[in-house]
Amino acid sequence: MSLSANHFELFQNAVTFEIDINKLSESYRNLQRTIHPDKYANAPERERRLAMQRAAQINEAFQTLKNPITRALYILQLQGINTNDEYHTTMDGDFLMMQMELREQLAEITQLEQLNEFLSRIEQYQDNLNQKLSQQFAEENLQQAHDSVRQFQFFNRLHEQALQLEEELI
Amino acid sequence: MALLQISEPGQSTAPHQHRLAAGIDLGTTNSLVATVRSGIADTLPDADGYHLLPSIVHYADEPLVGYAAQKLANSDPLNTIASVKRLMGRGLADIKTTGTRLPYDFVETDAMPMINTAAGKLSPVQISADILQNLKQRAEKSLDGDLTGVVITVPAYFDDAQRQATKDAATLAGLKVLRLLNEPTAAAVAYGLDKNAEGIHAIYDLGGGTFDISILRLQKGVFEVMATAGDSALGGDDFDRLIAEWIMQQAGIAEDAEHQHIRQLLEIARTAKETLSTEDSALLNVKFIGWQGELNQQQFKQLIDPLIQKTIMPCRRALRDAGLTVGDINDVVMVGGSTRMPRVREKVSDFFKCEPHVDIDPDKVVAIGAAIQADILAGNKPDDEMLLLDVTPLSLGIETMGGLVEKIIPRNTTIPVAKAQEFTTFKDGQTAMAVHVVQGERELVTDCRSLARFELRGIPAMVAGSTRIVVTYQVDADGLLSVSATETITGIHSEITVKPSYGLEDQEIERMLKDSLEHAKDDVATRTLREQQVEADRVINALRAALKIDGDRLLKQDEFLTINTALDQLLKLKDGTNAQAIKRSIEKLDEVTKEFAARRMDASISKAMKGHTVNEFMEN
Repeated sequence: MSLSANHFELFQNAVTFEIDINKLSESYRNLQRTIHPDKYANAPERERRLAMQRAAQINEAFQTLKNPITRALYILQLQGINTNDEYHTTMDGDFLMMQMELREQLAEITQLEQLNEFLSRIEQYQDNLNQKLSQQFAEENLQQAHDSVRQFQFFNRLHEQALQLEEELI
Repeated sequence: MALLQISEPGQSTAPHQHRLAAGIDLGTTNSLVATVRSGIADTLPDADGYHLLPSIVHYADEPLVGYAAQKLANSDPLNTIASVKRLMGRGLADIKTTGTRLPYDFVETDAMPMINTAAGKLSPVQISADILQNLKQRAEKSLDGDLTGVVITVPAYFDDAQRQATKDAATLAGLKVLRLLNEPTAAAVAYGLDKNAEGIHAIYDLGGGTFDISILRLQKGVFEVMATAGDSALGGDDFDRLIAEWIMQQAGIAEDAEHQHIRQLLEIARTAKETLSTEDSALLNVKFIGWQGELNQQQFKQLIDPLIQKTIMPCRRALRDAGLTVGDINDVVMVGGSTRMPRVREKVSDFFKCEPHVDIDPDKVVAIGAAIQADILAGNKPDDEMLLLDVTPLSLGIETMGGLVEKIIPRNTTIPVAKAQEFTTFKDGQTAMAVHVVQGERELVTDCRSLARFELRGIPAMVAGSTRIVVTYQVDADGLLSVSATETITGIHSEITVKPSYGLEDQEIERMLKDSLEHAKDDVATRTLREQQVEADRVINALRAALKIDGDRLLKQDEFLTINTALDQLLKLKDGTNAQAIKRSIEKLDEVTKEFAARRMDASISKAMKGHTVNEFMEN
């Protein structure tokens, strides 16, 4: 391993969207058990610093791969797709329409029960997108996968806002 | 099942050499010190048999700490400082807005708050250092030797400034900090090792001045903090204050009562609170105005329920951040003296839908966990597989246009963590740039805590937008932030030590340390020499062990020779009396072993991964 290894290489995983989270977590724990600065508490300053950098790199890699959105974005970046391109944000009109409707629905929620129903609907959308992404990456349909990630991000923001509302309603 | 034993390159201690290490719980109300002896972790009592040390310092000629200071609280309130933990890493404005009535004589200043005492102006860091010093002496006396290092616990919710202040206090007290450990994590360690309980645990910690909730996962010896939340200004003291205010209302005592009277009222309130843990009602006797009354269970619940409710909201938030629901929690651990209140236990049990654990004394559990971790970090248990993975309690961000915060490291990110960010100049010929680092969850800079402001200087003058400055924010395993910046076109690199806005400068700490040493009539030169010798031994032992294991495998002949030459030089110098020469020799050795250290680390990572592959192979 070196500082230039990509996140998948760190965990000796092929660059795939579908990933076994349990296996990934186990690799992660093994790596941290070796490299965490606590294992170097009595080592000279330089080694402690090195250990900290490596441990930070492993944390970053794990965080990125654990979450489907960041994992998808990371694969796209590895494939040379510019995911920061803010001009390329034309979204499907139907999708935007649906987002607006969902937002209006959220704004009108006053009961906890309504909110829970709303949340499970959003979660259903997220699950579907997750499956869709698996398929698109398997078929190497990167452009479509990029669109799906952006839709996924929309749902995530909506989900976050809904949870914020939960705090207010309780 | 451990299939492959992974060697720990950092822990190459000689066999049977037990290092003295301690865990310290530096609390708002009480502090404790604990250590592991013959495999058992326990707190250490003072000469009179008391385990708790009230976190109170009285200043006259000599600082008095603990019960001795507590006795003087009423007669000499201005020189008797309690609950100093609430002032750590805080500005005076913060302290005034928390609504806490602190009856001290503060010096008006924009920097770190200072308190006027008979011993001069003192900062919260110095006062905490006096408490730590007392615990250090207690430990060294009962262990009969110098401590090699300590683990000090802090509330998980402590921000960078509060952590830095705690570490500075330890430095002032002459303690080597092996790790700042979050209190709930320490509590989990104390319980986890006793019970070997795998699963997801909630640690509910209501202390004297702070509330923390942490969600931890324990899996194969690795404690992973999944989320943490809390309130750094909510604790048992607030319950006392609420009761005291109620008494003032009932007894018709004016709000601007004297310091002394307020202290007495708080004392009456605390006693009533404790009585109500077992009795149906508590008698109140306010002697200074000759008033008597009663507080019954129902009134008491009405008073404190809103405060308990204030702890439930962070519980919800932590669960959400961890992506869990109440049903996922295997058990709840209670920490902190305030969890002795039956009403608190009842409400927590209602929320988490399970009976909370209260087996270990809630006052001692944190110190005990810290002692266990200190024992491991000191290198006394090289085969121990336990690892604690903590998270950042608050989001870290920087100020952008219009006073908005751009989040760089979100809360509940596992540490250590490093995040890089790229900047460019917006004016032609611009050579400097201001960066303002804040901590908090809100969108406006003014609603967050200002951590540090610094300026990047020496940027090569170029056309606007043509420079590329990469700023890296790093949070280490103690939760402390450091920032470095590199201009990528010219490669100019600058390291910035971020000192919190209300912190002490390194020079100040050095000066205070020197002052206190002179005060103790210790010889500074002797101490410096001894420190360098200890460091030299540390470096030599670590390097020798490393060479033995990996020297042949990872070094070329000439590299081996260079390292050996530098090693020999340090060996010759280390028993001499020239501290400066030893220091330079250590630095030289450090420089020539840089590459070797990096190779070893990468080799051990590869080995860990191979271990993993073997593991999978065996399982499939």
